[in-house]
This record gives sequence, C-alpha cells and structure tokens, in this order.
Amino acid sequence: MDYEVVIGLEVHAELSTKTKIYCSCSTEFGGEPNTHCCPVCTGMPGALPVLNKKVVEYAVKAGLAMNCEIAKDSKQDRKNYFYPDLPKAYQISQFDLPLCYKGHLDINVDGIEKTIGITRIHIEEDAGKLNHDEYGGEALVDLNRACVPLIEIVSEPDMRSAQEAKAYVEKIKSILEYLEVSDCKMQEGSLRADVNLSIRKKGETKFGTRTETKNLNSFKAIVRSIEFEIDRQIKAVEKGEEIVQETRRWDDDRGIGYAMRGKEDAHDYRYFPEPDLSLIKLTDEYINNLRNSLPELPESRKQRYIKDFELPEYDANIITASKKLADLFDEAVKTSKNPKSISNWIMGDLTRMMSENNVEDVPFTGTDLAKLVGLIDNGKISSAIAKKVFEDMFANGKDPEKIVEEKGMLQISDEGAIKEIVMKVLENNPQSIADFKAGKDKALGFLVGQAMKESKGKANPQMLNKMFLDELNK
Amino acid sequence: MDITSLTIHELKDMLLKKEITSYELTKAYIDRIKKLDPKINAYITVCEESALAKAKEIDDKIDKGEKLGALAGIPIGIKDNICIKDIKTTCASKMLENFVAPYSATVIEKLNAEDAIIIGKLNMDEFAMGGSTERSAFFITKNPWDFTKVPGGSSGGSAAAVSADLATAALGSDTGGSIRQPASFCSLVGLKTTYGLVSRYGLVAFASSLDQIGPLTKDVTDCALVLNCLTGKDDKDTTSANIEKIDYTQYLKADIKGLKIGMPKEYMGEGLQTDVKNAVLEAKKVFESLGAIVEECTIPVTQYLLPTYYILACAEASSNLGRFDGIRYGYRTPNYETLKELYTKSRSEGFGPEVKRRILLGTYVLSSGYYDAYYKQAQKVRTIAINQFKELFEKYDVLLTPTSPITAFEIGSKTDDPVAMYLADICTVSINIAGVPAISIPCGFDSNKLPIGMQLIGNHFDEKTLIQFAYTYEQNTSWYKNKPELEV
Repeated sequence: MDYEVVIGLEVHAELSTKTKIYCSCSTEFGGEPNTHCCPVCTGMPGALPVLNKKVVEYAVKAGLAMNCEIAKDSKQDRKNYFYPDLPKAYQISQFDLPLCYKGHLDINVDGIEKTIGITRIHIEEDAGKLNHDEYGGEALVDLNRACVPLIEIVSEPDMRSAQEAKAYVEKIKSILEYLEVSDCKMQEGSLRADVNLSIRKKGETKFGTRTETKNLNSFKAIVRSIEFEIDRQIKAVEKGEEIVQETRRWDDDRGIGYAMRGKEDAHDYRYFPEPDLSLIKLTDEYINNLRNSLPELPESRKQRYIKDFELPEYDANIITASKKLADLFDEAVKTSKNPKSISNWIMGDLTRMMSENNVEDVPFTGTDLAKLVGLIDNGKISSAIAKKVFEDMFANGKDPEKIVEEKGMLQISDEGAIKEIVMKVLENNPQSIADFKAGKDKALGFLVGQAMKESKGKANPQMLNKMFLDELNK
Repeated sequence: MDITSLTIHELKDMLLKKEITSYELTKAYIDRIKKLDPKINAYITVCEESALAKAKEIDDKIDKGEKLGALAGIPIGIKDNICIKDIKTTCASKMLENFVAPYSATVIEKLNAEDAIIIGKLNMDEFAMGGSTERSAFFITKNPWDFTKVPGGSSGGSAAAVSADLATAALGSDTGGSIRQPASFCSLVGLKTTYGLVSRYGLVAFASSLDQIGPLTKDVTDCALVLNCLTGKDDKDTTSANIEKIDYTQYLKADIKGLKIGMPKEYMGEGLQTDVKNAVLEAKKVFESLGAIVEECTIPVTQYLLPTYYILACAEASSNLGRFDGIRYGYRTPNYETLKELYTKSRSEGFGPEVKRRILLGTYVLSSGYYDAYYKQAQKVRTIAINQFKELFEKYDVLLTPTSPITAFEIGSKTDDPVAMYLADICTVSINIAGVPAISIPCGFDSNKLPIGMQLIGNHFDEKTLIQFAYTYEQNTSWYKNKPELEV
C-alpha cells in the first residue's frame, strides 16, 4: 500500500534582541543561573510586563521576509499552565490575533521547487530551564532564559517528506540569519521545531490523525524523528491499529520517539487577553519602513553569485543557505581572483569541519581564506600543505601567511634543493629504479611519495615528477 | 489636642512652623498603635524602626531648610498588597506570610520621593478578595465605630487605621469597591481613580483590568494632596495613562453652581437600607441647595454588572494567582512526593476558602467550552457598560449613588453566605467595570450611629470634578468631623 505523509511544522526561534521581551534583563545565553533576572521575569507578585518594541520590529521583519500579511492590530494573550520553569504560571503569547499571517516560503528539494504556506507568526516569551540531577537528584530552576523573546512560525500541512521539512527549516534559518533577528543556534535551542505528522493512503483527501513531536533541535533530529514516526504510523496502520492523537518526544541518542501525553490529558490552556498589555497597533508607515529596510535575502544573493561570480547554481545554493558562509564568501572574493576555489573550500573542508566539530561560527575571516587560495594559486604551497594550513586556521583562526611562515611550510621550488632530495631518494631506493626500468610505472609514484615525505610535503610535486623522470631516463 | 487626630494639611503646617517634629508625630502614632491596635487589629506589620529613622531624616531636612516633598514627615499606612522593598508583603495570606518583596511598588517610590513616612502594612481580605476584612488569614480587623462590626473591605485595615487615628492617611486598592466601601463603613474619604491614572506596578494583582491603588483620608483636602503624589505615567506599567499631571488641590473650591448631577435609579432601589437611602436623598438636597441640578437617570445594564464583575475579576484572578505555586517563593507544603502534589497541597494549604472559590470560578469561566458563554459574554457587557456611562457623562458632570446599600455589618454575619456578601458590592463594582473614577465621602449615620457614605462617580480622568463636588459638599456639611469614641 502506498502512503502519503502530511507534515506541518511549528518552528520556534529566539530573537536576538539585547534585552528580554517584557523586561530589560539581558538575553545573553549562559551566565550563572538566575543572574539575568528581575522581578518581572521571575514572576514576582505585583511585577508587570512591558513589551520590548524591538521584538515587534524583528518579528515583523521575519513576517515580511516570509511573505506574510502584517496585522495592524494584534493582541497578546495568556496561555495558562503550571510548570516549574514558567514563573507566572502563564506564558504571554498570541492566540487569535497574531502579528503576521498568511505567508509562504519556497523550498527546493532535489531540484524541485515547492511552496510551503505559513499560517501565522506570533511573538511570545520563552520559559526558564530545569537543571536535573546535578545536586542530589533535585530539579533546579534557572530563569535566565525566562522571558527571552521567541517567534513561533506555524506552517500549513504542506510538506510531504522529511527532506521537505528539512529544506523548509533550513530556509527559515537562513532568512532569520540574513535578517539578523535570530542567532538560530540550534544546539543552544535558539531554533527548534515541533513536527505535526500524519499519514494517509495515496489519493485520500482527508487528513489522518496527527501526532506532534516536540522540541527537535537539530536537522538530524528533525529528519530522523520524521522518518521514525512515518515508519511507526505505517506499521501501526498496517497492523490495523488506530493512530492516537498525542504529543511525543524524540530521544536523539537512542534514535526513538515516544508518547509524552495523549489527547485525554491535553492541557486546557485557558487563553484569554493579557490585561497587563495593550493592543499592538502598527501603522502602514511603520510596516513600509521595515519592508524597505529588509536586507538582501538568500534568493537574490544566490542570483548575484551566479551572475557576478559565475558560480554553479549548486554552489550558490549551498553557500547562500547560510548567511555566515555567504558573508565569508563575499568578504573573500573582495581580495581573491578565484571565486570558484573559495566556493570549493567553503563547501568542502569548511562545511565538513564545522559539522564534525559542532562549530556554528566560522573561526577565520574571508580575507584569510582569500590569502590561503592565493598561496596555492601562486605556487607558494601545495594543496596537501594547504589542507594542513586550513586545519590550523580552523583551529586557531590564524592568518594563513603567518602559519606558512612560522612553520616553514613554503613550497620548495628551488631546483638545487629539489635535486638534492631526488638524489637522496634514488640512492636509498635502488629497487624502485630497477622496477621502473623493468617497466613498472608505479615505481615513479612511490619515489615521488618518498620525496614528499622527505621534504615534509613541501616539495613542488610537478618539479619532483619531472626531475625523477629526467634522472631515471638518463 | 492629640496630634494623631489631625489631617495632612493641618500637620504639614505645624511641621513647617516647627510646632511639632515628624519624629514626635511618628512616635505618637507608634505609641497609639501599640496601645490601641491590639483592639482594632489594623496592622499586619508596623515599621517602627524605619519610620522613626525616616522621621528623623525629615526633621533634619526641615531644620536645614532643604526642599521638602509634598508629604514631608506625614506617617502613611500601606495596604499589605503593595510591595515595599525589604518589608513583608503578605496580602493577608498564609501563602505569602513570610514573603519579603525584593522591590518597591511605583506608588511607594513616589511616596518616598515626597518624603512621606511609611508607618506600616495594613490588614485586608486575603489577596483583596472580600468586603469585610474577615477573609484575612491572620485576624479580623474591627470597625473603630463599633468593635462588633466589620470595617468593610478589602482595604479594611487601611480604613480602620485612618479612622482610629493610627495613621494620617492610608493607601488601599480597589478592584470592585475595596477602597470606597470601607471608607463609607468608617466615615472616611476614599477614592478609586480612573483605571490607568495610578501605576499598578508593585500592587499584587487581583484582577489586572480592574485594580487601582488609591487614598483613604480624613477629608477631601487630604485626598487631593495624596492623589497629587500618586499619579503620573509609569514606564513599568503599560496600562498607566500618559496624561498631563494635574494639581488636584486647585479644585478644592466650594462651587458647583449650575453643574449637573445624575442619579441612576438602579442604585436607589431594592435592597437599600432605609437610613442609607435617606442619607443620600438628604445629600441630593444639599447639592441642590448649592446650585447643582440633580436629575434621575438610568444605567440599564446595571442588572448584569454584578455577574459580569465576578466573571471578569475571577477569570483574571485565577491566572494572576497561578504564580503562587510553592516553587520560587511563598508557602510550600512540607508533605509532597511528586510535582503535582507539591502544587496541589501548597495551593490547597496556602490559600483561604474565598480565594479558592474565586480561583475555581475563574478557572471554570475560562475553560474551553465555557469561555464564550461566560468570559466573552462578560467582555461584551463591559463594552456596553462603558458606553452607557460615557453617554451619561455627555449630560452630567457627576453621578450620585450610595457607596454601599448597607452600613457596617456584624462580624461573622455574612461569612457563611458568599453570595450575600457579593450582593453588597452592587454599587461599587460597576465603576471598576466602566473604568471611571468614583469617590466615597461621609454623608450621615444610621440609627445605630454607624457611618454612611455616598459615592460620586466621574467621567474618565475627571477626578478634578469629583474633588470639586466632594469638597463643596464637605465644606457645607459636618459629617466628616465626627470621630469614633475610642479609649486608649
């Protein structure tokens, strides 16, 4: 039986305002527990919230960049529930009149374009954090994160695969980064997603019963949890079981999802208008000013890279998906004449090392990357050495020219020096000479390899090759 | 002459002329509190040390001829739901019995800036829920006019303290009549300001869209003096209004000639104690004799306002009181195994019956499936009420009603019947729903020599006209001069 998967996402992004949404405490991540706190964000009796105007500005920018309508009148509401990380026992959010609504984003999976509808974007406050088990099995509350501003971006149930969901979140991440309204640091939880998922038989128009998997904070977790849940639902249906509407959690270490609570004990949040805050009223002028102030977004930057730097669309897509990478590229090409090589470094070693080392910020500048490419292009270092220099740049953020100088990595292109090495290697490997003369071409490779080893990788490989051939054919 | 019986304006004069010192005055109150308050039970906390220290500072300022605040050296009592840094704020609840506020309310900052002396924290119905101060988790405050009677509520401690000369003036809070009704039960002037005139920052919220802080004073002049110090836009309270500051003492003028008073008939009908009705009708005659034009008018929505009030107030309260969960501060049950038990037991043991009743009511009306029938409907009624009041103020300068349909009642007589207690709020709750200001002033005594108050209601931010009417009446009558006979 063929099934169709229906996926809708709720993406939460922390906004990178300096201060919290309803008080003037710092939003900085980390810090000693309960040090970025005041009577307002700790829910002291009598304290009152005051809306941070920057939050509205950032959220409207996000809405505009995601093609939303912006509400001129919107309202904040209380969502009531008890949990130790929620100091007021209600979260100030938006219920029926969100700031942004009816938007959409275009995604591209395997070359196929698709439009994903955005139902709404609303502003709300984050909760604090519970630290478990550190001190004698007790749970301790840290309210540094309480009252940090969030936007929740709710999609239409328009996605049909884990890959589409991933592409959609990637698109949101890149737009928010370009707007500089969110750090989107998934490891720190500043971007996280809830996945609503159901399956139905192909051709069916009615939706199946959906489940919601909460708090996914990496692309890997999004993809794996979706694949897990699809598999679980299909197996259940095939066995003739009913899918239960429920909230689920994802355990990324064990690679399994599990039910957290069912519909029967679903919360009644008792939403009602927040009486401590007034309506958010926006003028056309305010909205238009923000619209005109939007920076270059990924799509137009991509077109620019293809046109101005003749990058293949594939490269342009990957680089512009991340503002950090695109900014690095832009900075590098200012001083480099080899955009394609810059792009190769970014897409290859840099992306790989960032993901292997779980690093979210590029540890060196674009100018440094341009210098590295220059060193190769000018024959100063070999590509083998370049890899080592790159690793050093990545680890220490150092200027590649300095690295090369300090470590004496400059390529040896001096004929006398090369000859010295070649002669030494030949002397130590009479068997290889014999092999070569007997017609085994592979022996040349071996000899060049030995010479490289001898020169600690610094000898110019083309020159080595030529000189070995000259000597062997004498 | 006992200096504790004097008004702010009388004392200000004596302090400036150095006839008395603030220290002497404060000490006189402290001594009187020590002797008399054990009988009245108005104070939860007496700030003896800090009050006397502050009084000395003010005397110093006076001696040096430094610039003085408007309430320099005047001892003022504060209802115990208004936060003062480093002093207990209990809300008369077991839940907050040992809660020390880490910050001060905006009104406290303002009083401090005006050199007032904070003399102590006053009893109230738990979390301001009640009309008799019998709902305090700690003790019942007595009416200084008759110790067998309640002082009204929820600001009963504030009213009893000022009435018994245990403070020159006091701050209360008013969500549905909690300043005006105790003022009327104790023969004081009590003002509920327009919603938004006074910052709520630091007032422990009962019903956020209805709560206002206001003064209880011995006369209208004092009311204007204290009010001057409380108003002003507060950046910490979004709902505080950004309007020009007014000097209300400018409106202490005895002239209401040609001004118009409306008397909504709905407030003079059934359930009104005869003495109260007669006193208000007498007051009407006084106003007419002073040149005002009095007409009967109608607020048809009135019959729906009591249920509307209890829906809105309880809904907001159920949410506002969620934070008292035993996690960060306040009472936590010693006996719990699970988180749910911690919540349930802390709240069951920490809150009194009236608070629980209102939390349950409020939770119910906000529940899915009931929201539209109750909360949403009540919001609609509120809009209608606002409009009906608005229309009346196109025609009238003020409206006149009794403050309470009854005078102070016997302690214990209504505690078993919450609905009877709610019904006594009929005259005052409508005003909070409409968000307009109202003042209660003494207008007579019943056959048991218990005070009667009348309520003057004004248009939005038109406290000045209320002050003018109240002052004119006061200058032409002598009810406010009566004092309870108390043996110290």
